[in-house]
Amino acid sequence: MKKIKIMGATALLSLCLAGTVTAQIGQPFIHDPSTVIECNGKYYTFGTGGGGLISDDGWKWNGGGVRPGGGAAPDAIKIGDRYLVVYGATGGSSNHKGAILTMWNKTLDPKSPDFKYSEPVVVATSDGYEPCDAIDPGIMLDPTTGRLWLTYGTYFGFIRLVELDPKTGKRVAGNKEVNIAITCEASDLMYRDGWYYLLGTHGTCCDGANSTYNIVVGRSKKITGPYMDNVGRSMLEGGGKMVAAAGGRHIGPGHFGHMVLSDGVEKMSCHYEADLDQSGRSVLGIRPLLWKNGWPVAGDNFKEGTYEIQSVRRGYALELAVDFVRMAGGMRGFGRNNDEPIKPVPSQQLADVIKTWPTGDISVRIGDYVVRPNQKWTITAVPDAAGYPGGPSYKIVIAGTDRALAATADAEVITVPTFTGAPEQLWRIDQLTDGTSRIMPKVTPNSKKQYALVSSGDSTPALAAFDMNSDNSKWNFKDH
Amino acid sequence: MNRKHKSFLPAMAFVVLLGLQVGATNAFGQPPGMGQRPAMPPIPIKGDTTHTLSKHFIQDSKVKKTPDAKGFIQRWLVLEPVRKSISRNSIFTDDYLRTTFSTDNFSSDFNTIPKNGEQVKVGDQELKWYALDSKAFSFNLYDFTYAINKPPYGVLFWLVTVIDCPQEIKNVRIAAGTNSAGMFWLNGKEALMLSGDRDMIVDNVTSPLLTLKKRKNIIRAAVINGPGMCSFCVRFLDEKGLPVKNFSISYQ
Repeated sequence: MKKIKIMGATALLSLCLAGTVTAQIGQPFIHDPSTVIECNGKYYTFGTGGGGLISDDGWKWNGGGVRPGGGAAPDAIKIGDRYLVVYGATGGSSNHKGAILTMWNKTLDPKSPDFKYSEPVVVATSDGYEPCDAIDPGIMLDPTTGRLWLTYGTYFGFIRLVELDPKTGKRVAGNKEVNIAITCEASDLMYRDGWYYLLGTHGTCCDGANSTYNIVVGRSKKITGPYMDNVGRSMLEGGGKMVAAAGGRHIGPGHFGHMVLSDGVEKMSCHYEADLDQSGRSVLGIRPLLWKNGWPVAGDNFKEGTYEIQSVRRGYALELAVDFVRMAGGMRGFGRNNDEPIKPVPSQQLADVIKTWPTGDISVRIGDYVVRPNQKWTITAVPDAAGYPGGPSYKIVIAGTDRALAATADAEVITVPTFTGAPEQLWRIDQLTDGTSRIMPKVTPNSKKQYALVSSGDSTPALAAFDMNSDNSKWNFKDH
Repeated sequence: MNRKHKSFLPAMAFVVLLGLQVGATNAFGQPPGMGQRPAMPPIPIKGDTTHTLSKHFIQDSKVKKTPDAKGFIQRWLVLEPVRKSISRNSIFTDDYLRTTFSTDNFSSDFNTIPKNGEQVKVGDQELKWYALDSKAFSFNLYDFTYAINKPPYGVLFWLVTVIDCPQEIKNVRIAAGTNSAGMFWLNGKEALMLSGDRDMIVDNVTSPLLTLKKRKNIIRAAVINGPGMCSFCVRFLDEKGLPVKNFSISYQ
């Protein structure tokens, strides 16, 4: 029996490791999550039915969030020093009667003495006969005007837009709803570079692995629309460009939420209708959000593996600073007989070179990539270490060894012979809005600054403040 | 939170799970009473709720009809819904649709043009044809069922329209979107099928290149839906994907 238990634990660990591609860990079980929001260093999301999830790091989630009112599919936003939570009184009733309510709280931490929701107020309704069902609210504070906008609705009729007062959370007096989309639900809004973006979820929900949920987007120069897709279809005609669909072991993303963590680092929250690695349950998802040609698209959370780590600055590769070891042969020479037999040349192996490497700390540099053992890095999650929104902490070692990349107190990077789990050996990897990646040590020894791995010269890595406007701060992971 | 996928058992299961979730969140420290769902606030009726076709349709119009500005075909003869037992829309496989549209058909002659008010029998159901112009670019069959006071879910609709071309038009495609599944025939031949649990999206599926012959062309359509909204839209596109509009649409 004991052996079986051990095997079970091993299998569970394997599942956790395999699941690091996209899913969150802990108990991230939720349906229709609100936009993930930070409050006093913790992350919160609320779901259908009441309650919600809390995370210390944005990666490991557990229950404990408190959102009264029942109903379904809430959203949340921080306005000033308060949090406005909005939810639908129903999850979509058969008679299409519904109501959207808002309420305030000074904190989202239920253990705080300041935790107290205000009395909810109704801001939108559907009477059961009009072509709209007042559920699935999404909320956005317009960064250009300071005006607060709410979208809501589902497949029954229109997605509608109304304006709320950002001071009271109530409907602006006299405001009339505007129809902005059809045949979708779980709508939400974003603003970027002069465009308003309307997100919606299409497809079938609530059918586990058979759900076809997917997230699409249209955009408009005006908040009131029309929101058009990439081929010129209005979302009032069912148009929409794909943002996120099923992938890997995760089926049916829906209920988009937008998170801007810092310049160039944006994430989208959603739920997957089914995580096939977790009993097909509905789970929270957090993925990078990329922008391509003015359109948002879900990126991919980092996938464990062995990679060339390529500097975007010049395209050189991060490598262990060891002596170059020639492979057998050289250029064949001109004028040779091309009818001679062709045979493969074996790649240089770690065993061919490792004895030439020093055994202590070895510095790193950036050089021409020639597929050598000192240029191949294996990157794996460190399950016991705290993560960050959308990912765990990683260790980065030379493939086939335990030699680990580490930050130093003087803002340089080296490799140490053995990975110990020390915080300067833990790395955070975020896919940036342009599709490249930022690599950050969890800590830089003797420093409180948050540094990123940069190319200070074409061939010289260092640690420095991340700059989204500089290719020195960006890296690609090439899976050759 | 989606209501599109709606069947009794999954809905009940979800309600039960919802209850469990509320219980679980309470167990994680929600203050007593904070998880209680308040009663739905009173919501006044905002408009006219009478069952009338004139709200969304024009009945048996004698006015010459052409496609709308974007080429959508708004004039249709529509048969009262054939009642079907459909628990979820994911059952609409190609095989299911072909079998159902063959079995629950008012006529195997796909060039038949029904008349407004005509009664036909599908199985043991006696059903009536309506000649309607949709006021919207799409044809909302949920609104149609409400207007004639019929149950809106678990329904199969048959529709017919006549395209009158002043001259032959080659290399066009029928482009359609249906909620949920559907099938279209042109002059007796299958033109396109929309299987699965679909949303009504403009130009969601297009046919192979077709020829609209000079004078009458008959479009037969079938749209089927279990729970949720039910509607469709259809137009012709040319080889460049632009709407074709140089024809008229009639009931005969």
